[in-house]
Amino acid sequence: MINTKNWDWGIQNKVLADIAEIKSRYQDVHEFVVSPDGEKIAAPVVLEDDTFTACVNNDQWPDTFEKLWYLRFSPGNKLTALVMSDDEWTLAVDGRVYEENYEYAWDVRFSENGESISMLYKRDNLYGVALNGKPWANGFVAIRDYCLSPDGKRTAATVQVKTLDEADVFGFFAGAWSVAVDGKVWPEKFINAWKPAFSKDGSLVAAEIRTDICEYSVAVNGKSWEKKYGSVWDPVFRPGNGSVIAAVKEGSNWFLAENGSRIWGRNYNQIWLPKLSPDGKRIAAVASPEFGKWTIAVDDRPWAKLFDDMVLAPVFSPDGKRVAAIVKENNHWSIAVDGKTWPESYDMIWDPVFSPCGKNVVAKAEKNGRYAVVLNGKNIGTNYDALWPPIFSPDGDKILLRYIADGKYYREVRPLN
Amino acid sequence: MKLIDSPESKVVDPGLDETIKKLTPEKIKRVVDHVLTKENAGRLQMYIDTCVHCGLCAEACHTYLSRDKDPNFSPVAKVKNTLWELVKQKGDVSPEFIRQAARIAFTECGACRRCSMYCPFGIDIAYLIMIVRRICSLLGVVPQYLQDTTNSHAATSNQMWVHQDEWIDTLQWQEEEAGFEIPGVRIPLEKEGADVMYSVIAPEPKILAQLLGNMAMIMKVAGIDWTMPATDGWDNSNMAMYSGDFEIMGRVERLHWETAARLKVKKIVMGECGHAFRGAVYDGPKWLGWKFPPIPMVHAIEFYYDLIKSGRIKIKEKYKEPVTIQDPCNTVRGRGLGDKLRYVVNELCEDFTDVSPNQEHNYCCMAGGGTINCGPPWKKSRMISNRVKAEQLAATGAKIVITPCHNCHSGIEDIIGYYNLGMHVKFINEILVETMERPE
Repeated sequence: MINTKNWDWGIQNKVLADIAEIKSRYQDVHEFVVSPDGEKIAAPVVLEDDTFTACVNNDQWPDTFEKLWYLRFSPGNKLTALVMSDDEWTLAVDGRVYEENYEYAWDVRFSENGESISMLYKRDNLYGVALNGKPWANGFVAIRDYCLSPDGKRTAATVQVKTLDEADVFGFFAGAWSVAVDGKVWPEKFINAWKPAFSKDGSLVAAEIRTDICEYSVAVNGKSWEKKYGSVWDPVFRPGNGSVIAAVKEGSNWFLAENGSRIWGRNYNQIWLPKLSPDGKRIAAVASPEFGKWTIAVDDRPWAKLFDDMVLAPVFSPDGKRVAAIVKENNHWSIAVDGKTWPESYDMIWDPVFSPCGKNVVAKAEKNGRYAVVLNGKNIGTNYDALWPPIFSPDGDKILLRYIADGKYYREVRPLN
Repeated sequence: MKLIDSPESKVVDPGLDETIKKLTPEKIKRVVDHVLTKENAGRLQMYIDTCVHCGLCAEACHTYLSRDKDPNFSPVAKVKNTLWELVKQKGDVSPEFIRQAARIAFTECGACRRCSMYCPFGIDIAYLIMIVRRICSLLGVVPQYLQDTTNSHAATSNQMWVHQDEWIDTLQWQEEEAGFEIPGVRIPLEKEGADVMYSVIAPEPKILAQLLGNMAMIMKVAGIDWTMPATDGWDNSNMAMYSGDFEIMGRVERLHWETAARLKVKKIVMGECGHAFRGAVYDGPKWLGWKFPPIPMVHAIEFYYDLIKSGRIKIKEKYKEPVTIQDPCNTVRGRGLGDKLRYVVNELCEDFTDVSPNQEHNYCCMAGGGTINCGPPWKKSRMISNRVKAEQLAATGAKIVITPCHNCHSGIEDIIGYYNLGMHVKFINEILVETMERPE
């Protein structure tokens, strides 16, 4: 969680950068990003000699690079970018590059608390995860899905543990994939392993596994659930007790299971992305109660309102009492909260954000190429040329807006009333 | 049951020969029963009850026509020698029969659905063949190279074992290359909120990278706000759909759609591939539970049509060499894009001669439906099975065959080589970048 208490929550609207001026200064300016606290706006920029650097507000990083991309702010407002010099890649953080270089580096991620930064790398034809600039002690012939523990101290990834000759289908089905945690691989091998996930305290890792042509399950720290299924999605830990919940398929029916035992009695045509309330007592998931219809099911009860096109991952309010999700119907996007859809629909909408008390929901939305802040289904303020998702103040009485209008970048703190 | 003795039955393929050694009668019966009664009961029964065994489908099949009307290669015979026996015997068949069924279903039918148009009742005969493939897949009896492609989908979410770094590195390389042609060209990676996510199939980064650079130039000239993912989910292809591994098919398609949703794009434009269109628009969404694709998906043919028709791209000078067309089954027969394809080709090319038969009646390339992915052991059989395609192309007098589909592209290249046609194959993309007006 981002700690927003130390941010400037004084009511004000300040201009932090002249976007038009920045664009005039460089040969090319790529996509802008803004810091969570709104104090900085940055973009990869191309200089006259075709080298790259990052422009932050009105300054630029002192060093230049052959390439620079994936410019992203961490939850703690650090600016990071993947950079290449002398054909080697590494990460730059606030303009300073890590000491370790790689043949390639990509997929930068941040821990929930914003303290750790990780990325995947390739070196000497082996793959691994680097955490805060330190690569794993062991490399693997291939790497795919990976994750950080919530405290940012550990990393886990699905890895290929043995080299296979071309078209070695028999070697593949004998099991060539597993999960490596901090570079140490589980002794168990599987046909496939996907989507590793850490428990809250970082001591356990769960992953989807495939144990036969059409036999799937969940493994926790390498040990498979006894029960096998026709398919499985998205294992996630229940906060507090270390048990694992996943969507599973038996016959033609989908439902939720916990530690290999069925916990939802209703059969679904499809179900995925189970999410738990912060106290771990409630579960919400994207569900299809009937073919072609989608909704959110909370504690095995689907919302009455069904949607034809798409429903994205559910979001719990901090107190766990309310659930919101992005929904799509007739090719228009909106937000539904506790089964009620906002009155307006949009060309695009971003994730719903609950206020700390759970009373208010806000989202960034796009219509006709312009962006607006939507609070509880109503547009507030004007439309902007660019906008980043709004953030509630710790007391929930104010909202931080970060936007571009008339060629300038603004940071605005606005009272909700 | 009498097994068919033919040169094809002697082709060595460990994916068939070795895997049937592990089969037991019980396992075969269990899998056949599951697929016939739990996965396909209603539709299958309706087709069985409806078919009057008239054989009118035979004349539709390029394999039947190319093999001098050998009845064993008629669609009805392919079903009779596979699925009907499985139904009649209630799965009480030998491992050798499963091998034969796999050979017929995977290597002698491209699932092109031309035969359905000749069936008086419109029976989807390719669907019946797909049931056979599903049974074989669950039994583990799949041609080695096709299974390897499915394994790649399962492990990497793309069909050619492309590592994540290779994917991004290739895009960055192609961005540079395209920038030499048209200054300022970009391949914007991970641009959240772009209008378009462009997705391709794995042969593009693996062996045909210039197609990515070409598309970057087309996007630049047309002024499209677009992006490509730097994560898995970029590959829209799906050979698991054709190997009968629907669980992996669904997994691949889910990731593709979720990637588009994550990037907040309004639509996906996909490159020139036919089976990928089928997988992403029809089979994949349906297995996952969607009636329609959750986000609009536009095939390259339609995308080019819109760019040219709207004037966003103007043609500076038409392509001069005589050209003809291969109609991809999944976008022309399956989606009706034949007229738009011809509009685009006529706008780009000075000298276009259509094939006969054409559009939805065009012959299959005998590479789609997973047949070309069955690999080198089956190439000769594929070539013999498409003599009519060679004769049809030769009759146009064209020098270039335009194939807006990767399977068609590779399959027609094989046919051109095998029958010495002296032609070449091109994607629309290649001719478009050559002929379009570029900024000064």
